[in-house]
Amino acid sequence: MAVMTILQAVNDALRTEMRLNDKIVVLGEDVGKLGGVFRATDGLQKEFGEERVVDTPLSETGIIGSAIGMALYGLHPVPEIQFMDFIYPAFDQIVNELAKFRYRSGGQYPCPVTIRTPYGGGIRGGHYHSQSGETHFAHTPGLKVVIPSTPYDTKGLLIASMRDEDPVMFMEPKRIYRSAKGEVPEGAYTVPIGKAAVPREGTDVSVFAYGSMIPVCLEAAKHADGKGTSVEVVDLRSLVPLDIKAVLASAEKTGRAVIVYEAPRTCGYGAEISALIAEHAMLSMKAPIMRVTGFDTPFPYALEDLYMPNPDRVYRAIEHVMSF
Amino acid sequence: MTTQEIRMVQVVSEDGRVDEAQEPKLTKQQVFTLYQTLIRLRTFEARMMNLQRSGRIGFYGGSVGQEATATGSAFALEKQDWVFPQYREPGAALIRGISMETLLYQFMSTAKDIGKGRQMPVHYGDRAVNYVTISSVVASQIPHAAGGGWAMRLRKDNAVALVYFGDGATSTVDFHAGLNLAGVFKAATVFWCNNNQFAISVPREKQTASKTLAEKALAYGFEGLQCDGQDIFAVYAAAKYAVDKARRGEGPTMVESLTYRVGPHSSSDDPTRYRSDVEVDTWRKRDTLERVRHYLRHKGWYDESEDARLHKLAEEEVTRAIEAAEHAGPPSWETMLEDVFAEMTPLQQMQHDDLAAYLKWKEARA
Repeated sequence: MAVMTILQAVNDALRTEMRLNDKIVVLGEDVGKLGGVFRATDGLQKEFGEERVVDTPLSETGIIGSAIGMALYGLHPVPEIQFMDFIYPAFDQIVNELAKFRYRSGGQYPCPVTIRTPYGGGIRGGHYHSQSGETHFAHTPGLKVVIPSTPYDTKGLLIASMRDEDPVMFMEPKRIYRSAKGEVPEGAYTVPIGKAAVPREGTDVSVFAYGSMIPVCLEAAKHADGKGTSVEVVDLRSLVPLDIKAVLASAEKTGRAVIVYEAPRTCGYGAEISALIAEHAMLSMKAPIMRVTGFDTPFPYALEDLYMPNPDRVYRAIEHVMSF
Repeated sequence: MTTQEIRMVQVVSEDGRVDEAQEPKLTKQQVFTLYQTLIRLRTFEARMMNLQRSGRIGFYGGSVGQEATATGSAFALEKQDWVFPQYREPGAALIRGISMETLLYQFMSTAKDIGKGRQMPVHYGDRAVNYVTISSVVASQIPHAAGGGWAMRLRKDNAVALVYFGDGATSTVDFHAGLNLAGVFKAATVFWCNNNQFAISVPREKQTASKTLAEKALAYGFEGLQCDGQDIFAVYAAAKYAVDKARRGEGPTMVESLTYRVGPHSSSDDPTRYRSDVEVDTWRKRDTLERVRHYLRHKGWYDESEDARLHKLAEEEVTRAIEAAEHAGPPSWETMLEDVFAEMTPLQQMQHDDLAAYLKWKEARA
């Protein structure tokens, strides 16, 4: 089996599915001739032509708005938003149009658009190449929000998204685009959307995270293991739909929960995980539910390393919940 | 700098002269279909505003004054074509074959509404006739139509997308994004601007310093033209020209149809605050049906008793639709959590169950 990076897995997923389904059209800024600024779409235009891998005018509203029209007509567009920080001009199209089409038409007009976008910090990108905007979209009914953390999941979840009847925000953890490596099978396969993974089992503390926070949490777990604490890491993989069963099963098993996300803390997605555990598993808990997150500031540049949750901060929270 | 000359289409002038050079080729039967649709529409509009005023529908936004521009343009489309509507084109809906019952089921938020009562009145859609479900957001449908028309070209289908919007919409980012993209990709899209002179209260000249709205198309690399929106034959001729061109693969066209909203923006609006009665009367005199009657007389087809018969038929049709909708009943509570996705998520299922438990609890207490 080939060993790939997350970027290569994205490319492989697109290529594999485009060969099987001629309704898939890739569109966005620089995705064609250049192959994307991260090279995620490298070589696709050469194989599939300029009509299926399209360099669009520089307009997020136009990219998402036209993708919606294509999807209504029966295609399955896969637009790329170059950095998630630049998605906001298309926010109205995503929130008021894409997310609502099926519902507002009484089920007549499904709108299968898979929006790919690299997100997150840790790459020296400042305010506008670092944000982790999942909450805006997870808070909008009608959008699925999927975030892989491994090459295997990237390919399987991206193919699943391209076969989904509903819109998917496919957020790619750009910090680990090239650093996360793993075996990826040839050909098409899917990883079901809405199922969490448990990359590390444990019995004392559950750590819930997704995307580029997974390697951070695994490192913290390894460190805790050396100190005699057994940590379970739950990779949510999909924020919407959430695998609530897996979340509650792990929380009830360990009785201690630490939630890690790099977005600003207040109203972050992990707040929802915390609330769900409090609502449904309170009596199993042995310690307060803790969060390790970014701060309630715009994304900083020089102090980025302090802003981003790191294994130390995660370990500190683990130590704290173990003190009860 | 010179202002580009924009072609203006008019077939029947206000005083009833017919310009045979611009006259579209329509059979007598087609002319009567348009004539009857205008009568149905005008009858419908009057009754809807009354229903709103008497509290039988919660909201209404009418198209009185703009009947011809929607009706005549939609008439230029073929069955396989798509309409991306705004919210002021019931004439187009009737031409596509959406029945008054279907509209009333939506306006009265009933269980029989295809949209399952999820949107406020006047936000309908019917996939069976390629009439995309309406949004309240101004201009958001413009890039959809660019994408739809582009997809039609990619799939080599013989179809055209026609999108409606108003004068206010031309100020939005969606207008720019949609027209720009359609120009680059030669989308099979017709951009139909119903310039009714006002975006709620803001007059056309405060939207843009451009002399016409149609000339904006030139900057996107395609043709823009104007038509007399009160003259259904001019509307049809302009639409047919643009639709045929798109179908031939020659790319998009923008048509600015000059019209006027005689009524309020919506049932919640008070237009006396921003425009004069004199102005409204001027436009009222440019009456669409009067213009059709001129044309019928010109052809020797006008018959007063036929006119009266069509009005009577229309009244009966509206009455039947209202009665059907008033007996349809509201949608069931379960439908609230359906159609967000193809399948309910586990968290939605929990919310569904919680709502069911609440309703049971409420019933037990009653």
